Amino acid sequence: MFKKGLVLRFPAEIVDQPIVWRLVKDFDLSFNILKATILPGKEGIMVMELSGHPKNVSKGLQYLRDLGVEVKTVGQEIKRNEDLCIHCGACTAVCPTGALSVDRETMQVVFDPDRCSACELCVTACVVRAMEVRLEREAL
Amino acid sequence: MGEFKVRKTIDEINEKIRRGEAVVVTAEEMVKIVKEVGPEEAAREVDVVTTGTFSPMCSSGAFINFGHTVPTIKAYRVWLNGVPAYAGLAAVDIYLGATEPVEDDPLNKVFPGEFRYGGGHVIHDLVAGKKVYLKAVAYGTHCYPRKEYEAEITLKDLPYAVLCNPRNAYQNYNCAINLSDKTIYTYMGILRPKAANANYATAGQLSPLLKDPYLKTIGIGTRIFLGGAKGYVIWAGTQHNMKVKRTEKGAPLTPGATLMVIGNLKEMDPRWIVGTSHLGYGCSLAVGLGIPIPILNEEVAMYAGLGDEDLFTQVVDYAYDYPNGIKRNYGIVSYAELKSGKIKVLDKEVPTVPISSYVRAKEIAEILKDWIKKGEMLLTEPVAPIPGADLFPFRSSG
Ligand code: SF4
Ligand code: SF4
Repeated sequence: MFKKGLVLRFPAEIVDQPIVWRLVKDFDLSFNILKATILPGKEGIMVMELSGHPKNVSKGLQYLRDLGVEVKTVGQEIKRNEDLCIHCGACTAVCPTGALSVDRETMQVVFDPDRCSACELCVTACVVRAMEVRLEREAL
Repeated sequence: MGEFKVRKTIDEINEKIRRGEAVVVTAEEMVKIVKEVGPEEAAREVDVVTTGTFSPMCSSGAFINFGHTVPTIKAYRVWLNGVPAYAGLAAVDIYLGATEPVEDDPLNKVFPGEFRYGGGHVIHDLVAGKKVYLKAVAYGTHCYPRKEYEAEITLKDLPYAVLCNPRNAYQNYNCAINLSDKTIYTYMGILRPKAANANYATAGQLSPLLKDPYLKTIGIGTRIFLGGAKGYVIWAGTQHNMKVKRTEKGAPLTPGATLMVIGNLKEMDPRWIVGTSHLGYGCSLAVGLGIPIPILNEEVAMYAGLGDEDLFTQVVDYAYDYPNGIKRNYGIVSYAELKSGKIKVLDKEVPTVPISSYVRAKEIAEILKDWIKKGEMLLTEPVAPIPGADLFPFRSSG
């Protein structure tokens, strides 16, 4: 599933609106709030992960921006869940940087994080969802 | 059958297995042996060759009986973790198909759909010992008055659960390219425009039916590795076709034979039964399957020794030709070329992408080898050939 790490800054006039709820309901997104400071009548800050279909995520972000919410994305990194990966190779069809490649001797699929641009194309291309998006720790 | 120089019977081979003296090698090892000493000598030396494949295999599913409830129910519609199962069998018998998406899946409404959960995932969850939520509705009869039933079930508690796959182990498959100028999302994986990648789906020299191309040893009743347990071949699979174009050595150039297989879901291992999601296409189930080949004579040895450079497939366009049923190919390539990472199509170098796990296929061949070496699995004589095939004699050595 497509996931984005976000820092949202809500202007004081809208902190009391059910904005996150609308993201879930109208855009079919799910969220995970990592940090939130919202005081009624004052500006609010929220750090969250937003996930869903990529097209819905971008629509949701547009909705936030239209409301006057300042949206910043948090740095993300891609990790492979080694327990899940079945070494099929399907992800190598989309990886633009060669971070995912097939070792021709063993036919193992190798993931080299140093070559990864975090484009996330492999996340939904992987048939067992072994490629996971994580937020870079220092951002939080 | 006087024409063979080497003749072994299934009983002789099984006797050697029982004594722990059988020579068992993987299909990959057999390729080297046949190359070095030739099929005749290889047939003398080797008793069994093990094969394997691990790949998403549509046309898989499970028959489940969830047990009679009190009061009784004749289930009319059934869902497992929200995935519809076919209930039109009997009161509490259902069939759960691998490609059935969860009931409220957005499918391809926002394209390409992710298909995150479906029948294959439910089967994996069951095999992994997870709790699965069952819901059944009914119209009520005198003998089955109940109209609704909801319960958490686990595989352990189910009275009966078998994996029964109508089509597995496809003998060979197309190599897919996309000649249009837009990315397409297919059961052969993601195909980037203008033939930017070529996807292929077979483990080549490890793949079970490529190592016995005329099904002269594999038949109805053959005991196999299925999902980590022992299973059986029960019939030809759907779309099974023996009348295909072949190489001089007998290897099919196009999709050919298929098998219908069965095994006890309760004995399976979640490592070998894995739900899969294919972007823009749907969900499925990756099935681990391996077949032991008894080396009855030098002809069996010759086939089992076919290597990646002896096995070929055709390159097919999935943007226009495949959906429109146009039988055209853009060349024939060997599995050796495919595995090298590049093939030539329309005078252009195209990177290849495997979608079947060679690493896991090899692991299956090794497990099967281990079972047979330890005497944990004996080989079987099929009770009948697969329709369209002829078996070698398994008993008469004269
Ligand atoms: S995120 Fe992009 S660059 Fe990184 S491995 Fe996945 S596809 Fe390759
Ligand atoms: S598609 Fe997923 S399972 Fe297959 S090799 Fe890539 S990361 Fe592993």
